[in-house]
Amino acid sequence: MESLGSIRRSFAPWNDPAAKPYIVFDGVTKRFGDFTAVNNLSLSIYEREFFALLGASGCGKSTLLRMLAGFEEPTSGRILLDGQDLRGTPPYRRPVNMMFQSYALFPHMTVESNIAFGLKQDGMPKADIAARVAEMLKLVKLTQFAKRKPHQLSGGQRQRVALARSVAKRPKVLLLDEPLGALDKKLREETQFELMDLQQNLGLTFVVVTHDQEEAMTMADRIAILDKGEVMQVATPAEVYEAPGSRFVANFVGNVNMFEGKVASRSGDAVRITGSSGAEIKVVNAGNAAAGSTVAFAIRPEKIKVSSKKPPNGAGNAMEGEIYDIAYLGDMTVYHVKLGDGQIVRASAMNASRVSEDPLNWNDKAWISFAPDAGVVLAD
Amino acid sequence: MNTTWSRFNIASIVLGFAFLYLPIVILVIFSFNASKLVTVWGGFSTQWYGSLFRNQGFLDAAWVTIRVGVLSATVSTILGTLAALALTRYTRFRGRVLFSGMVFAPLVMPEVITGLSLLLLFVAIGLDRGFVTVTLAHITFTMCFVAVVVQSRLMTFDRSLEEAAMDLGATPVRTFFAVTLPVILPAIISGWMLAFTLSLDDLVIASFTSGPGATTLPMKIYSQVRLGVTPEINAACTLLIGIVALGVIAASIVNKRREVQRVLDEQTAQRGG
Amino acid sequence: MADTAITGRAPATTAEIRRQGGILSAITSRLVILVPYLWLLIFFLIPFFIVFKISLSQTAVAMPPYTPVIGVSNFFSKIGELNFDNYVWLTDDPLYVNAYLRSLLIAAVSTFFTLLIGFPIAYGMARAPATLRPTLLMLVILPFWTSFLIRVYAWIGILKPEGLLNQLLLSLNIIDSPLIILNTDWAIYIGIVYSYLPFMILPLYSSLEKMDYTLVEAANDLGCPPLSAFWKITFPLALPGVVAGCLLVFIPAVGEFVIPDLLGGSETLMIGKTLWNEFNANRDWPVSSAVAIILLLLLVVPIMLFQHYQAKAQEAER
Repeated sequence: MESLGSIRRSFAPWNDPAAKPYIVFDGVTKRFGDFTAVNNLSLSIYEREFFALLGASGCGKSTLLRMLAGFEEPTSGRILLDGQDLRGTPPYRRPVNMMFQSYALFPHMTVESNIAFGLKQDGMPKADIAARVAEMLKLVKLTQFAKRKPHQLSGGQRQRVALARSVAKRPKVLLLDEPLGALDKKLREETQFELMDLQQNLGLTFVVVTHDQEEAMTMADRIAILDKGEVMQVATPAEVYEAPGSRFVANFVGNVNMFEGKVASRSGDAVRITGSSGAEIKVVNAGNAAAGSTVAFAIRPEKIKVSSKKPPNGAGNAMEGEIYDIAYLGDMTVYHVKLGDGQIVRASAMNASRVSEDPLNWNDKAWISFAPDAGVVLAD
Repeated sequence: MNTTWSRFNIASIVLGFAFLYLPIVILVIFSFNASKLVTVWGGFSTQWYGSLFRNQGFLDAAWVTIRVGVLSATVSTILGTLAALALTRYTRFRGRVLFSGMVFAPLVMPEVITGLSLLLLFVAIGLDRGFVTVTLAHITFTMCFVAVVVQSRLMTFDRSLEEAAMDLGATPVRTFFAVTLPVILPAIISGWMLAFTLSLDDLVIASFTSGPGATTLPMKIYSQVRLGVTPEINAACTLLIGIVALGVIAASIVNKRREVQRVLDEQTAQRGG
Repeated sequence: MADTAITGRAPATTAEIRRQGGILSAITSRLVILVPYLWLLIFFLIPFFIVFKISLSQTAVAMPPYTPVIGVSNFFSKIGELNFDNYVWLTDDPLYVNAYLRSLLIAAVSTFFTLLIGFPIAYGMARAPATLRPTLLMLVILPFWTSFLIRVYAWIGILKPEGLLNQLLLSLNIIDSPLIILNTDWAIYIGIVYSYLPFMILPLYSSLEKMDYTLVEAANDLGCPPLSAFWKITFPLALPGVVAGCLLVFIPAVGEFVIPDLLGGSETLMIGKTLWNEFNANRDWPVSSAVAIILLLLLVVPIMLFQHYQAKAQEAER
């Protein structure tokens, strides 16, 4: 596959046929009474991946995480860790550690004791425990807070203690439940990069549950998008964004424009799609769309160019319309352009220069244009 | 609720607390009455405190009461905590409805019924009435109060703390002792104090289930009241009230200090100190 | 975490725990339930059956002073001879019927007065500035920690003809001759209200404190006068506390002994005192047992109401 997005990733074990996944969810179903939280879900996670489970509330992502940690047992299906079925293994015997959303720091113990807790359960000798705790404190830069109790720390500090405590045992897999949810925006951004660095340096496999797209896109090697207990797509952030596999995923992540229509003709990977108004677009990335089938062409706002003049004929697809709404966001401008058939298209442009060459105003006549490979054709 | 503290509210509180405390205040004042008559003031005197300490019957009863109180409170706290755990952690076990009923019924059961039934039990199994029977009886009726106190704390307990402990490798038993118990300890201590006070205070059940040589202080006071009162009783009562009041006030102050310290700590942390 | 709100986090059955935690876990969880269960079975439930059994026998001049009625060996032969004489006697005797009815009446009236006095206090506490509330709470609980017996005894000194109340009223010329309060039903009312007031205030306060006062403000804004707002909004929302408080006062008050004994004198008739007298003065264990059983039956419905309320409150907190 050509390099989607602007990042060239070298780490991609999921593309390597010889690589064996470290964590496997095999046909896992979890029911609570009448309610099915996870529905026959299968997923593979590789070693040293930073894997994100992304979805709205109630999609089953937290349930999945808790089953991996051992706090719930699947109703059916298996969960394998390094080839071994985890069924029947209680949470305190799994080589998996979890960082809780509420941090769950033991209020009656100092920072040191909190971090040392897991090591004590394993019967590590005292001297070794002290050394490891010191190492962890240095890692999260909290050495001078060692003797404090949780209520004497700020939110960000507590989060770092929770992190240190969860990696103190050097687990092969670390589960993080909405790790950045309680932090304010600036702290969140800093911590995102810190987490990524930590994961790389320690060589761990991270599985993160989040409802925040940006978080998932920033940190993860691969993202699994879940809806109602099922996996909608598992792919790298770039693939999820530039090559969404379904309408759901396309709508879920970022903004998207959908051009609906029927496939008029197909030659190779290129198709002509005719919309209801008769307008025709020529695009590629058609997947399996057969001639005559109903499809939608999904294209992201930043791939659409807006100009006051009609673009020259060879420049791809072009449509005429009127500027319906403008949102000036400083670093970019978002245009809502109303086409002849009434559809409103969202297009965005970076304000790369201070003075625009082609300024547009409300109700101006404008043209939108996009390249044939600027989006993907979705069948459902 | 907002803090619009109306005239009516203030009046209700003042009158209400006056009503609650009036008899106590009177009792305390008259314990210093030089006259033997309980309701005629004859001048200030501490003679009754002196004679109280020379009254062997009272002192013996006080000693019995303290021993019964400490022993029954301790056992009842353990049992009550177990009962609270059973009720909050295990939502489906056979006979749960009966168990729940047995735990909450003694809270309202008239003491004459409890006392009589326990006495008949002891007679039926041939256990002589005395220190042991009183203690067993007190354990039984106070454990339910402990259960209520501990249960209400367990309800608000953050389960993710236990999950975190188990995730880090602690078995459920170790989790309980290392994490759960320390955090709910204040509630357990309150439960102990409640059980102790109830035991200290009990007249009816003790009368039914106690025996020769194990007369408790309330039993002694009651028998004195029937015979005819001397302000010695007021002195005894005042002492009791004083000790309890000191205890409760001390506990409150310690608690308040701890709260203030905690708030200060959190503020310092917020400022990044 | 909306996800985990749906998940049942607690291992609900011992079977699940065993799966999750191994044998030791299963044993400890069994013990946690069994130990208090057995204790309560032996020391709380079984005694009631013994009381019932005794109530079916006759007085004897012996120690223990009753004839044995049913043993394990002669269970079936004796069952035909079950003697409900004591019950018949009690229900026929107007003295006892009176005692039961009076006890229920006195308890009910006292509960009403306790509610009447306790509600404004609890309300005042709930509306107090937040910093003052813990102190007020402590002040309510403090008398409870001091001896019940002592506090009741103190009222003797206040209520008797030459007591403090009469002294005060006489000296202020409000009355001409001393009020006879001690050894009447009124003394009992005062005694019960006084002793059980904290039991009424605490649940009331708990309910009222949780109430959102802006609801009353909204009512006022929509044109509802304060008294009406109280009945339409405040009282209904405080109802759980009212119910709890009333049950906590009424049920034990029916069987009260100390208060009618110290403050009520020989004229007043309450079943707790009757039971005590039957037992201690008359040494009639079978009759006392029958008295206890009938009292228990009378209170079964309120007690079950109380259990129901407790269970509901538990569910609400989950």
